Amino acid sequence: MSYETIIGLEVHVQLKTASKAFCGCGTEFGLAPNTQVCPVCLGFPGTLPVLNRQFLNYGLRVALALNCQPAAFLKFDRKHYFYPDLPKNYQISQYDQPLAANGWIDIDTPQERKRIRIKRVHMEEDAGKLIHTAAATLVDYNRCGMPLLEIVSEPDIASAQQAYDYLVKLKAIIAYLDVSDCDMEKGSLRCDANISLRPCGQQRLGVKTEVKNMNSFKGVRDALNYEAGRQEDILGAGGAIEQQTRLWNETQQKTILMRSKEEAHDYRYFPEPDLVPFTIAPQTIAAAQATLPELPEAKKERLMNQFGLPAYDADVISSDKHLALFFEETAKGYPVPKTVSNWLMGDIMSYCNEHRLDFAQLPEVLPARNLIDLLQRIDQGTISGKIAKTILPELFGSDKTVDRIIAEKNLCQISDTAELNEVIRTVLRENAGVVTEFKSGKEKSFMFLVGQIMKKTRGKANPQLITTLLRERINSET
Amino acid sequence: MRRPAITDSFKYLKLFKHMPITDCSAYEIRQKITAGELSAPEIAAAYIRKITAANQRFNIFVHFEPEEIMNRARRASHGPLHGIPLAVKDNLCVRGEPTTCASRILSGFRPPYNSTVIDRLEQAGALLLGKTNMDEFAFGSSCETSCYGPTANPWDRRCAPGGSSGGSAAAVAARFCPLALGSDTGGSIRQPASFCGVTGFKPTYGRISRYGLIAFASSLDQIGPFARDVRDTALLMNAMCGYDPADSTCAQQPVPDYLSGLDKDIRGLRIGIPREYFPPQLDPEVNALVRAALAVLEQQGVELIDIRLPHTEYAVAVYYIIAPSEASSNLARFDGVQYGLRAAAHGVSGQSLLDMYEQTRAQGFGCEAKRRIILGTYALSSGYYDAYYLKALKVRSLISRDFEQAFAHCDCIATPTSPTTAFRLGERLNDPLAMYLSDVFTISANLAGLPALSLPCGFSRALPAGLQLLGKPFAEELLLRIGHHYQQQTSWHTQSPPEA
Amino acid sequence: MPISRATVEHIARLSRIALPDAEAALLTGQLDTILRYIEKLDQLDTASIPAMSHVLGLTNVFREDMRRPSLAPEDSLANAPAGDNGQFQVPKII
Repeated sequence: MSYETIIGLEVHVQLKTASKAFCGCGTEFGLAPNTQVCPVCLGFPGTLPVLNRQFLNYGLRVALALNCQPAAFLKFDRKHYFYPDLPKNYQISQYDQPLAANGWIDIDTPQERKRIRIKRVHMEEDAGKLIHTAAATLVDYNRCGMPLLEIVSEPDIASAQQAYDYLVKLKAIIAYLDVSDCDMEKGSLRCDANISLRPCGQQRLGVKTEVKNMNSFKGVRDALNYEAGRQEDILGAGGAIEQQTRLWNETQQKTILMRSKEEAHDYRYFPEPDLVPFTIAPQTIAAAQATLPELPEAKKERLMNQFGLPAYDADVISSDKHLALFFEETAKGYPVPKTVSNWLMGDIMSYCNEHRLDFAQLPEVLPARNLIDLLQRIDQGTISGKIAKTILPELFGSDKTVDRIIAEKNLCQISDTAELNEVIRTVLRENAGVVTEFKSGKEKSFMFLVGQIMKKTRGKANPQLITTLLRERINSET
Repeated sequence: MRRPAITDSFKYLKLFKHMPITDCSAYEIRQKITAGELSAPEIAAAYIRKITAANQRFNIFVHFEPEEIMNRARRASHGPLHGIPLAVKDNLCVRGEPTTCASRILSGFRPPYNSTVIDRLEQAGALLLGKTNMDEFAFGSSCETSCYGPTANPWDRRCAPGGSSGGSAAAVAARFCPLALGSDTGGSIRQPASFCGVTGFKPTYGRISRYGLIAFASSLDQIGPFARDVRDTALLMNAMCGYDPADSTCAQQPVPDYLSGLDKDIRGLRIGIPREYFPPQLDPEVNALVRAALAVLEQQGVELIDIRLPHTEYAVAVYYIIAPSEASSNLARFDGVQYGLRAAAHGVSGQSLLDMYEQTRAQGFGCEAKRRIILGTYALSSGYYDAYYLKALKVRSLISRDFEQAFAHCDCIATPTSPTTAFRLGERLNDPLAMYLSDVFTISANLAGLPALSLPCGFSRALPAGLQLLGKPFAEELLLRIGHHYQQQTSWHTQSPPEA
Repeated sequence: MPISRATVEHIARLSRIALPDAEAALLTGQLDTILRYIEKLDQLDTASIPAMSHVLGLTNVFREDMRRPSLAPEDSLANAPAGDNGQFQVPKII
């Protein structure tokens, strides 16, 4: 029997406000434990929360960018459970009147463009961090009270790969809004998944499991692939899935039981009496909508229409706001957009990956002006494309100009006919056998000779010129 | 007869000056300070003597450090309350001072922050004497559920001072201080004010910042003053009220000068008398005293009219869902992790987290606290929320509407504060429902968020009774004005307990 | 809707309060009395009545996104029953 996989994702995004959700503590990552806490976020008795205006502003922007309908009236609720990372033993969250609902994200599957519906977006405060030592558990509340958005999808995701694509798209959108770092490793984006299987054609949903503890998008994909396989094995053997919460174990590459349904929480939600309700006026929504930046989809369209990029290029470049900005900046000064996109998707992206550089840092470490100069020097014949590729790493983080590097390293292309003819003569003399092979019809031998010339000029020979000169020379010898 | 030497008369004068300080009202103390006749340290010394001598008899102060009081007196700000002694209920956070809500679970807790009211009163120069006894976490109407043991009523030590702010009410009655702070969630200021023969005021919800008040039921709690008379109440209110950005539920309404409003005319005002507050079970003597008080007001030109508050009988039931529900949530944080008690023999190793939680909370909370936490948790738990909590919020709307409709016909509402005078200590401790029902006249004001003032209105078998005046939201000035006019014509508020 | 001993014990667990047998029995009786009293609310038809969770009718109370000083580390842990190197300590969670 074949099964259909059904996945819904719950994504938590930490917003990068200057201060926490309900108090004035900062929101830095990686500080010494319990140095970014105050009586309010520690939940000391008698203290009261007051909502950070920017939290709602950022939340509203995300909601609109995800095509959600913002609520005209929203309120906060308390969600209760006892755990040491939660100082009040309740979390300020939203239950039945969340910030926004009914949005979507479109993803591209190999077959089609697919719409993943978003059920709701709500605001809540983050919990602290537990550190487990051999003897005890230690608690650091620095993260406590950070503003979080929970983005809940409908169960519209049909595979682990689609879940991955959804996350990539979601991250791109939020990054365009510049309201979160969306860094899974730093925990500013977290993802839990609900997954169930049902026989193809069946209407009723199967029993689902919840999978937690994934630390990267790849981890989400691996965990869901594993969990789908695990469920399929059980169903295939005639077994039944139990409703459970399972943890992804990265090292063992499998999910492990955390708790079963019987142990499910009773959260006892009720309206947070220490906060008043909030209203969002239609003109506030309109104003927020009007100030949304161009989002990945629109950017992609424009890269195709305005710059004539192929869909694939436009997709890759628009997937990151900073990459796209860098592209546009460079393409303004260099009139062949496809060449720019080739360089971006090739050497520049691999340099960034290799050196763990964020595209956001690009304008700083590689000003667009430098890339423009580099591409122009190729066109002008000052350097070859090959030499340009060796110059690129030198440019990263350097305050030298392209011309200065060319001059210092003496990388100027040799286009002097006499000088090149001298080299060609030497190469032909040293490789008389190869020349004979070429003459007898072995085309490859020609490239070998070009290579030998390049080697002798340390790559600086003008490739077009040597091709012409070499042919002339061989022909004249016959 | 030899005339006394100058030195003798000076000594006499000193003696005279010391003798009456603790009998002075806050207003009188302020006059003497302004006239240069008294200094903050002199006042502090007089009160320290009085309290040190008599506290044990009543068990009023639970944290009281004379040296610290003298230090505070020496550096008191020169504001409108400069040097005026103030007692503070033990559920208000004072920076660096023990703040325990009379609960074992908060033993040793010293908050690293002040309540907003404490900040304001310190700026006004008030002299903080210490923390007063209360029902544990303000759960009670008798001041008996305290981990420090009960407070005695200064009028009769066999009787309860009322609760939960029993310590603060008794402190003013026993002349331990002219001013005190309490909190009122269902009558916790007004009922003890009535039982102790002092003036107690619960302002409109949101009139005074709750920041630093350890929450019992957040949507009902309100801080308020105790004083001997309305004038002192107004003096204290002037320094406490107003918007606080640290409390989202604090009103932005401007604050009038309550003192200067006291003498305005009350003629022609209409006072509504709700028949639901004069049921057959009402103590006949209390009934007679309240009726007599109303007659005094009528003589001063107010008009008494009959009104109806038809949902009054549901108030206690609504309250005992909403208050414990919110309390169960507010008290979840007391778990032995960050502050207060952690169950002994349950340090860190050798026991589970669950164990630590359950033992800490079992040992740290008293019976009434456990009862309310469990009742509240039940009302909020899965499957019961609609039947209890949601239902209660709806009936709360009905009770609030009753008042809106009544206030279309009158300017204020008068009732007894409590159906009886002070009951005996221990009398209701084992009958929670009977204890809850003693709040029947005070609870509605909290449910509707209205201001309510309790005034001494006479004695029944040597125990004080109270008249309650309820107003529209933010009608504090009007209630104080009516109360002041009443006290100009009566002397009940000037009586002091024989033992004090 | 009288409350059972088992429910009281379940709720006590949910509330993280250890409840010895004697206390559970006493509490069940007391809660039963209180809940029976509360049942009087059933007399009222509230189908069309809005729930009132706030009395003031205030909305949209914010603070601006400004940082304020956090507590000094010695103050945040000063009240802690058990701490270790700037962190709160609890029994080991397995």
